[in-house]
Amino acid sequence: MPFIPHTEDDTRQMLEHIGVASIDNLFDEIPAELRAPPLSGIPEGMAEMEIARLMRDRAGRDGMPLSFIGAGAYEHHIPAAVWQIATRGEFYSAYTPYQAEASQGTLQLIYEYQTMISRLTGMEVSNASLYDGASALAEAVLMAVRINRRSKSNRVLVPGALHPAYRAVVRAIVGNQGIELTELPWDERHGGIDPERLAGFEQDDITALVIAQPNFFGVLEDVDDLTRWAEARGVPVIAVVNPVSLALLKAPGEWGDRGADIVVGEGQPLGAPLSSGGPYFGFMTTRREHIRQMPGRIVGRTEDADGRPGFVLTLQAREQHIRRSKATSNICTNQGLVVTAATIHMALLGDAGLTRVAEACWTHTRALGERLAEVGIRPRFEGHHFHERVFDFGPDATGILARMAGEGVLGGYALEHDYPDLRGCVLACATETKTDADFDRLAAAAARATGAV
Amino acid sequence: MTETRTNLKYSKSHEWVRQEEDGSLTVGITDHAQTLLGDLVFVEAPEPGSQVQAGEPCATVESVKAASDVYAPVSGEVVAVNEELTDSPERVNESPFEEGWLFRVQPTDPAGLDALLDADAYAELVASEE
Repeated sequence: MPFIPHTEDDTRQMLEHIGVASIDNLFDEIPAELRAPPLSGIPEGMAEMEIARLMRDRAGRDGMPLSFIGAGAYEHHIPAAVWQIATRGEFYSAYTPYQAEASQGTLQLIYEYQTMISRLTGMEVSNASLYDGASALAEAVLMAVRINRRSKSNRVLVPGALHPAYRAVVRAIVGNQGIELTELPWDERHGGIDPERLAGFEQDDITALVIAQPNFFGVLEDVDDLTRWAEARGVPVIAVVNPVSLALLKAPGEWGDRGADIVVGEGQPLGAPLSSGGPYFGFMTTRREHIRQMPGRIVGRTEDADGRPGFVLTLQAREQHIRRSKATSNICTNQGLVVTAATIHMALLGDAGLTRVAEACWTHTRALGERLAEVGIRPRFEGHHFHERVFDFGPDATGILARMAGEGVLGGYALEHDYPDLRGCVLACATETKTDADFDRLAAAAARATGAV
Repeated sequence: MTETRTNLKYSKSHEWVRQEEDGSLTVGITDHAQTLLGDLVFVEAPEPGSQVQAGEPCATVESVKAASDVYAPVSGEVVAVNEELTDSPERVNESPFEEGWLFRVQPTDPAGLDALLDADAYAELVASEE
């Protein structure tokens, strides 16, 4: 049997049979202006050998720069055992294991994953993962709207210092569903949510509050005060967190007096390589009372008729099979393989290992600031930070970064594209992978690029 | 053969309605409906205080087989919901006409009840569907 489902002749015969002149005529019902034109900017197909050559050339041009860019995707050491185990044949699948009797190993792994992520975030239940951190946040916003049925406004407060890509994704997914996203400006001095602006919403009907910890600038928010503000008004809190930071910071389940309602984030720092932006995975946890409103699937532990333990996908009624058109989300899969790696990563590191990673991130970010200060580059915001910080490189920021890149040092992410108000500011990151020699190189490159030497 | 009760009114979409002494109307799904759905695992009731419109979906019952809309048999304001179903949706299977009631409506138009089927008409409807 050929892999090509139908030949031109098959197509012609089928069209003849139903009395239609061409395939295009099948789409006559769709107004012309709604039809997508052929994609522009996509070249013709290439042979395998040509592709291999192209990729080698491009990889060569990338070189092996020393990178201090974080901005939502973080370089961490991944023990070799993680992917050695994750890519074993027994685990090596991106698919959701529907057939429980043939998938006990994968199902147990997801169950362990849910347990670890629940503990890390201090929440009661976790789903089996979503596409990435940004889409997990969009799902969390939809979920919060379902939870807070008392609120009629569908107005969600989102920090301006939330990752710009997350804000764009959330806007794209919920923007046409009657949900209004109101951005909270960051405080000029400390870069976090300005509590006075929050007070301005005292009389308004707010459906949910999003809190990013740390926020896009690496700034630690006063999560307890923000959560209490929401609790006092019956507004659900959605926490967007970095999983590595949770080894040091207070778990969202303990924020304020009751804790956050939904916790989401990007799972990439837990064992997924940077890999040009993906595949990553989104995690989501919540309180037991909201479990019916959580999208995605959950793996549960149960017993068979003889009392033997087993693992099954459960609470998937909100998915396509049972709820169909009434499904709470259109999530069709979890990120099976990346979650497998993350689970192995967390298991290998353990509590103590993850804490050591987080502590190293913390101290290295301090070192980063101290070394940049030596060449006259100062932080933009006061207060506490986790593994990245905004620095004021001055009016020639992009020029400085370009000159540093010329020496193979990526000094950070220029914020002016996303934040015109922060022209000249650069977001720089240092995780546990950075050494004193790396900081020496950074400081030397910065000194030359700024003309300090 | 599933049970129908003569003291109740019925909708074509398999809800039953019972008039209470205070004028409110209690709504549930019929024995026939719960039999077709099978074991219920979740009931999503309307929000107390919300307005429902006759013939419009206002609640969802979810079984191991399907999730189905429950339609408001009459228009009015939801004055109570059966909180017990949150933890024990199986009450609907065990006792569809008593403990398994879903919600209570204060009708805006008392005549709305007259538009519903009586037990005989409903039994006929069920028979014709089988």
